[in-house]
Amino acid sequence: MARYDRAITVFSPDGHLFQVEYALEAVRKGNAAVGVRGTDTIVLAVEKKSTPKLQDSRSVRKIVNLDDHIALACAGLKADARVLINRARIECQSYKLTIEDPVTVEYITRYIAGLQQKYTQSGGVRPFGLSTLIIGFDPHTGTPSLYQTDPSGTFSAWKANATGRNSNSIREFLEKNYKETSGQETLKLAIRALLEVVESGGKNIEVAVMTKEHGLKQLEEAEIDAIVAEIETEKAAAEAAKKAPSTRET
Amino acid sequence: MESVFGLVGKDFAIVVADSSAVHSILVHKTNEDKIMVLDSHKLMGASGETGDRAQFTEYIQKNVALYQFRNGIPLTTSATANFTRGELATALRKNPYMVNIILAGYDKETGPSLYYIDYIASLHKLDKAAFGYGSYFALSMMDRHYRKDMTVEEAIELVDKCIVEIRSRLVVAPPNFVIKIVDKDGAREYAWRQSIKDGEVLAA
Repeated sequence: MARYDRAITVFSPDGHLFQVEYALEAVRKGNAAVGVRGTDTIVLAVEKKSTPKLQDSRSVRKIVNLDDHIALACAGLKADARVLINRARIECQSYKLTIEDPVTVEYITRYIAGLQQKYTQSGGVRPFGLSTLIIGFDPHTGTPSLYQTDPSGTFSAWKANATGRNSNSIREFLEKNYKETSGQETLKLAIRALLEVVESGGKNIEVAVMTKEHGLKQLEEAEIDAIVAEIETEKAAAEAAKKAPSTRET
Repeated sequence: MESVFGLVGKDFAIVVADSSAVHSILVHKTNEDKIMVLDSHKLMGASGETGDRAQFTEYIQKNVALYQFRNGIPLTTSATANFTRGELATALRKNPYMVNIILAGYDKETGPSLYYIDYIASLHKLDKAAFGYGSYFALSMMDRHYRKDMTVEEAIELVDKCIVEIRSRLVVAPPNFVIKIVDKDGAREYAWRQSIKDGEVLAA
């Protein structure tokens, strides 16, 4: 198999593109990222690995906006992410310039996925080592959307998803606990999901909420801490309720 | 026959443009908005070739938006003016944009500012500026009555004086004007001055 993984444009005999699969490995090593779609709110939450003391944490933003109504979070190679995000931002403006309308979430996802695919079919280049979670509201109908792309260039829409480190456990949690939510409930669900694999605390998580009226709002550390505290109390209450049902029977 | 002019006041800037869309001897519409809101605190009034005007100002607007997304902060008015001039200069010796621009903006650090950018890519930072045949009258009125640090009311009085001159002395005077203002609270439409309303029907 070693002979088929050097060049991206070479299939292996059993139909694998090893470079793409290795790129997916790089994603699996990246920070955990969660996206949850509610009826009027969409939330992105990303793990923040410990910030070195001397680093200015404001210069490391993991959730970015591509346009007024579209935001993106990713897991994997952050340098590759910068390139993709820049291209996507240009495309958002270019589309508005020619079509006089903002992009739909599906359009820009298709564009990013298309870029990622192009780099799996060219000579002398390697794929982008990142998967993205793209959220936004349709500019005309106002429907919320959450999409995911990966290094192979595939994309699909999700109600809730996770990528990066331990994404499987997070996804399992989401499958068990997902229900249609709105506003604060959506936010709590996303943070609860991320807390499954991340140490709790405002300084380990970056959270952003998107609504139709206010666009993307990044949460402050204090706000995140408050919600985490709420979640812990709810969890403790649920544990206590489980342990003491017999007292109700007389 | 298009007129665009502007002036800087105490902590605001005003841009005024006529609103006629003309082709040869026919007036297509009398409520064309020629002052584009580039972003929350910038106005770009433009006169000239209709296609070039719309195309070029929209192009600048999208690039201003892109800069903000890429960098997290808006462009200053000065940077926008220089960027615009650069684009005009680059296109000049191949495919010139026939657009004359008055760019007004409000920056938190430096306050209001006004830039005069003509179609052959001259750039001047000014307190008052005007383009078109109307400029002969507007500049004269502003030279006579303009003072530094005028209030909004005083500035609008001066704008109205200029509009009266243009209407009464220019042979093919545009009937309607739009006035837009930019200050610390943002860029917005201030008023219209209409002597012909679209769809007006003359009494039998």
